[in-house]
Amino acid sequence: MTEVVDVSTALGRPIKRKEDARLLHGQTNWTDNIQLPGTVHMAILRSPFAHATITNLDVSGALAMPNVVAAYGAAELGELNGSVPCVWPVTDDMVAPDFPALAKDKVRHVGDCVAVVLATDNQSAADALEAIVVDYEPLDAVVNMEKAIGSDTAFVHDDKGTNTCYVYNLGGGYDEKVKEADVIVKRRFINQRLIPTAMEPRSVVAAPMGMSDEITLWSSTQVPHILRLLLALVTGVPENNLRVIAPDVGGGFGGKLQCYREEILVTQLARSLGRPVKWTETRSEDMVATHHGRDQIQDIEIAAKSDGTLVGLKVDLLANMGAYLQIITPGVPLLGMFMYPGIYKMGAYDFKCTGVFTNTTPTDAYRGAGRPESTYAIERIMDELAAELGMEPMELRKKNWIKHEEFPYTTIAGLTYDTGNYELATARALELFDYDGLRAEQKQRRESGDPVQLGIGISTFTEMCGLAPSRTLGALKYVAGGWEHCTVRVLPTGKVEVITGTSPHGQGHETAWSQIASSILGVPVEDIEVVHSDTGRAPYGMDTYGSRSLAVGGQAIKAASERLVEKASVIAAHQLECSTADLEFVNGVFQVKGDPEKSQALGAVAFEAFTAHNLPDGVEPTLSAEATIDPQDFSYPHGTHLAAMEVDTQTGKVTLRKYVCVDDVGVQVNPMIVEGQVHGGLAQGIGQALYEGAFYDEDGQPLNANLSTYLVPSAPDLPSFITDTTVTPSTTNPLGTKGVGEAGAIASTPAIINGVVDALRHLGVTDVAMPATPMTVWKTIQAAQGGK
Amino acid sequence: MIPVAFDYMKATTVEDALAALAAGGEDAKILGGGQSLLPVLRLRLNAPSIVVDCSTIDELKGVCEDGNMVIIGAGTTHYEVLKNAYVNQSLSLLAQATASVADPQIRHRGTLGGALAHADPRADQPPVALALDAEFRIAGPNGRRTVSASDFFIGPFETAVGPDEILVSVAFPKFDGWGSHYEKFNRTAQAWSIVGVAAAVRMDGGKIAEARIGLTNVGGTAHRATTVEQALIGASSIADIEAAAALASDGLDPFADDDADVDYRLHLVRVLTARAVAKAAGLS
Repeated sequence: MTEVVDVSTALGRPIKRKEDARLLHGQTNWTDNIQLPGTVHMAILRSPFAHATITNLDVSGALAMPNVVAAYGAAELGELNGSVPCVWPVTDDMVAPDFPALAKDKVRHVGDCVAVVLATDNQSAADALEAIVVDYEPLDAVVNMEKAIGSDTAFVHDDKGTNTCYVYNLGGGYDEKVKEADVIVKRRFINQRLIPTAMEPRSVVAAPMGMSDEITLWSSTQVPHILRLLLALVTGVPENNLRVIAPDVGGGFGGKLQCYREEILVTQLARSLGRPVKWTETRSEDMVATHHGRDQIQDIEIAAKSDGTLVGLKVDLLANMGAYLQIITPGVPLLGMFMYPGIYKMGAYDFKCTGVFTNTTPTDAYRGAGRPESTYAIERIMDELAAELGMEPMELRKKNWIKHEEFPYTTIAGLTYDTGNYELATARALELFDYDGLRAEQKQRRESGDPVQLGIGISTFTEMCGLAPSRTLGALKYVAGGWEHCTVRVLPTGKVEVITGTSPHGQGHETAWSQIASSILGVPVEDIEVVHSDTGRAPYGMDTYGSRSLAVGGQAIKAASERLVEKASVIAAHQLECSTADLEFVNGVFQVKGDPEKSQALGAVAFEAFTAHNLPDGVEPTLSAEATIDPQDFSYPHGTHLAAMEVDTQTGKVTLRKYVCVDDVGVQVNPMIVEGQVHGGLAQGIGQALYEGAFYDEDGQPLNANLSTYLVPSAPDLPSFITDTTVTPSTTNPLGTKGVGEAGAIASTPAIINGVVDALRHLGVTDVAMPATPMTVWKTIQAAQGGK
Repeated sequence: MIPVAFDYMKATTVEDALAALAAGGEDAKILGGGQSLLPVLRLRLNAPSIVVDCSTIDELKGVCEDGNMVIIGAGTTHYEVLKNAYVNQSLSLLAQATASVADPQIRHRGTLGGALAHADPRADQPPVALALDAEFRIAGPNGRRTVSASDFFIGPFETAVGPDEILVSVAFPKFDGWGSHYEKFNRTAQAWSIVGVAAAVRMDGGKIAEARIGLTNVGGTAHRATTVEQALIGASSIADIEAAAALASDGLDPFADDDADVDYRLHLVRVLTARAVAKAAGLS
């Protein structure tokens, strides 16, 4: 007798991740570990200039070096030199310059690819780079966005005659509505440039494999399916001959949501040379050639009545595109466009965004992609408005947020938030934080003139997750859809394959997806294998980004699993000689109602479906089902984050003393994974607030493109987070889930800076630039005190 | 990243290593714990003719005492320094500065001698060696010599150790009974010091009788703040200490970088010196 395992509670259990034992024991399969016979290793010569004309390029010296197989500049590469694609032309008149994989006549950012060498080992390839002769004629670099769109400027792309990529407008009516306001607060926020810095740098291997003309590409990517399609379009390799595999991927954060020039080059050269080609970036390359994130100048204006009632919001952005457009570079600011009003009700909203080219590394999606920028702006300006009105900042928020009984609520930006309960999450957060106690301590420190001041930072955020309803993407001119696919197969031995189109790179999909399938199929989690990230084994999918995998992909798993049970019930009814209506399905076993002795387990049904000896008429052999689900709407996680910040006014050093967040991510499949995602997101959001920032000098030279000066926080820099959740199920998907991948990164940045400003407001400080380094904070205090 | 190809020789004695250095000429490099050399090699900022691996030379390892001195082999790792009983008994300031270095992995690899001989202005141990009057024992082709701390540090990444020489050990006078504190100011736990202050004081009847102050990252080399040391004698209160610490920036000519411009760095020197001394004296 098989032991009956109650798997009905698989959904929602904080079980340990299936993938961790393998990862922690080093049984991993990173792209760089892949060793194919006959591999040649590619090394890339990158531009040391931000903007220059290549007056001479001679790769012949490299060809003479030991073990070198080939060397190419753009001239040698010729037709193989594909262009990096952008799939989001946000306006009809958007300026979209060509982005050749190898620079043709000009280089346009430090790190631009100039030439490549292929050698039989990576040492020889690196050595041979030094034998390439390049002469550059440096040109004026465009670095500052405001100067870039002014009259006296060089152009990143001469032939375009402008550095403006696009101007996008939404809304209207603010100028009229603002007449009703008693108070207007304006601020300029700088959402600085960030580098995704995944732990595993990018790596690509391409090889002509076996049958026909197939090319297999292994890449440390978040998007194997999208990459396959785009590489086919760019290189002309027939899509059916291209297989893309993302093996173990060590983090992405948006930085591996791309079709990179290096992926194009490796594919083309493997095909051209007829042998495997491998490239693994160095950390130094990663810092200048993996796309960057954020980099917006945000002019924000908020208007309110004297009692705090919001009247309207006006947003005017300069968004740095970098030197070229990559996959969704121009669209990232628009992902934030709908979210500037946050959780608040107001009467008018104007949005304008100007995309600007500069001689810097291209920007694109980075954890949150547009939404951290909008959340930062609204949550920061709410604190400034509260200060202007003399209101307690939480009270101002409560006065204006959408009340739980008002859902579904269509915001001024046009989105319909399905559910939420800001009151509940906030009440829980205030309790965990000891808000009143910390306010009392703050008062005491102010009164005693303590050199270490205390501030409380609030962020009551929401975001839109579950990218995305395909029709909405179409309306925004994005060239693809936002559906997700799942196939569920029960194999003859009773083991289950859940084949998903999502592509995990640290999120724990193997565990969570098993839990969803387990809860429906009644099969233990350990008997379920999640197949993913390989276009050969999991051919349909739209991959992982934008907190979409559960909110969209989870629906497909649920639907496919339910369809499979439906098909299995027809077979089981036939075997048990009853009608499907007489069957109940309990813990993976079909039972005749009222006669539990007459039963057949799902695995047995699968075996019958495999042998096909005794199937009902019209039922095809094998037991599988699939579902491709287009989400009906976005989901809207929300939460209340509170940060207690200590600021040493003598040195400017900021210490995060206590951090509480209560997130509502809807129904949770695995609360332990939820907590882990929140922790990681918080670290990155806090990183933006206090530590990280990629900067250039006026010549476009990166000032801190290495990990000793681009500081990312590690465990000793962060306190033990106090996290909790409320559960308000989403109604836009049948699982009631919302998404949690980005919440921490979105919510925490304004909480931290609000806390720093709150600690110093009595000294006259009204803003602190990010990252809030000790010198920045100290100088801000000095300036507020009269510039000692 | 991949270094330029180099010859490699594993030395088992100081004499072996010296011979290899002599043969390798000016571009020969010594490998100790590798925490400074390897990054430089991997970034291709240096292309040594030969790397002479001194990491397993017995004479360079370990800590011993000799009368009134504690002698630490140049190849002793930070971790070994930290857990050593002589160091904890007599050189608490060195232990405190060493504990602040980077992270546990690096402290298990990096060596005291390497940190001192590399002479990065941002490193935490040079000001300690300077403040505590350490003696540097150096072996070269013409035999062995001893150099005082005040003559050892010449400039950024430059010391009295010649290209054909090896730092063998560092001898510290014992500071039993002194109070000490290393005040490190940096942005993240693993980041270099923006400014560091190494302070040791001998208290007598509630007053500072003697003081030693070394400063990190305020110029091309570690700096000894002798003016402050003098001014601290007799100090018995925070106010006294702050008055003396106000002199800490006198005579400094620091550089500006992304973490600190000149004004801010000088300000930090004064504030952090007061804090370090107050903690060393048990007054805060």
